[in-house]
Amino acid sequence: MHELSVVESMVGVVLKHAEGNRAEKVTSINLVLGEMSTIMEEPVKFYFEILSKGTIAQGAELNFERKPLIARCSVCGKEFKVIEYDFTCPDCGSLETEIVSGREFRVESIEIE
Amino acid sequence: MEVEVLEGVFDANEIIAGENRKLLGEKGIFMMNLMSGPGAGKTSFILRTLEGLPENSRIAVIEGDITGKIDSERIARTGAGAIQINTGGSCHLEAKQVNTALQKMNLDTIDFIIIENVGNLVCPAEFKLGEDLRVMILSVAEGDDKPLKYPLMFTESDVLIVNKTDLLPNTDFDMAKMKSVVMKMNPDVEIFELSCRTGDGIASWISWIKRKVPGDAVG
Ligand SMILES: Nc1nc2c(ncn2[C@@H]2O[C@H](COP(=O)(O)OP(=O)(O)O)[C@@H](O)[C@H]2O)c(=O)[nH]1
Ligand SMILES: [Mg+2]
Ligand SMILES: [Zn+2]
Repeated sequence: MHELSVVESMVGVVLKHAEGNRAEKVTSINLVLGEMSTIMEEPVKFYFEILSKGTIAQGAELNFERKPLIARCSVCGKEFKVIEYDFTCPDCGSLETEIVSGREFRVESIEIE
Repeated sequence: MEVEVLEGVFDANEIIAGENRKLLGEKGIFMMNLMSGPGAGKTSFILRTLEGLPENSRIAVIEGDITGKIDSERIARTGAGAIQINTGGSCHLEAKQVNTALQKMNLDTIDFIIIENVGNLVCPAEFKLGEDLRVMILSVAEGDDKPLKYPLMFTESDVLIVNKTDLLPNTDFDMAKMKSVVMKMNPDVEIFELSCRTGDGIASWISWIKRKVPGDAVG
């Protein structure tokens, strides 16, 4: 699916930070992937192998931390895990909520040498 | 050594989307991003929209769908400006491609831009283009179970068009159930039920979008 262009930007982010820190090699990449993201781990690994070839990130290990979909009620402040994409606040029944986590696809940190 | 990065993978796209938005803001242009699965009726819906708005409206269409130039030719026949983006088989449009298209257009002669995104219910939802309004189409032929299968598209859209209502008698599509699921996912979404084939329900969409586009750009 769209992981190809997404992994292109991911590799770009990794290399920018690695080079900025004068790394010779990136050994691992720690990623945060929200439950609601459309990105899938397997194709990310697949394209990463191809796109990192010949860069200092080649061979780096990809670690995925999955984040559950959590929303916060704007009326009563309750934070809750969203089940089946029903954003109704379990405490006060309000539908005015904002997403706290679960949407993200982020490079959290990298391990370099 | 561990280096903190904390950078979103979509951040780069969103920066360009922000630039598009700024450019459009300066030119006073309203931009709508139209998304759906393949064949749900994006091109038909654009044609109905062009037909429903006053003839002198200054509208341009950016075609991202991969079905060759057929769609942009269908649009161009209405007299609206149409520009085709070659996505090279990609499954979604990105802000950068829209930026390139905007550079090629004479923005001083346009008030309203409609983007036909690539036919796909998954990927376009992740990529902001700098639009003012995100509209998605679900056709009743696709089934009422789609919101929970493709949640991001449904939570990210400002408007949900339920198209092909003329086919309702021939399907087991449960409109009330689908709407109640969507309202819990995205309580602010505007829902229009219509048929691009018969024209049923188009009028209320037209009067809504006329109010939405600022000024008297589209009458
Ligand atoms: N029955 C029916 N068919 C429709 C309707 N709207 C579009 N179609 C048909 O669905 C097919 C795909 O439409 P099109 O607008 O090209 O979809 P797109 O791929 O999303 O741009 C075409 O054969 C249209 O004639 C509708 O309201 N009812
Ligand atoms: Mg089309
Ligand atoms: Zn609450």
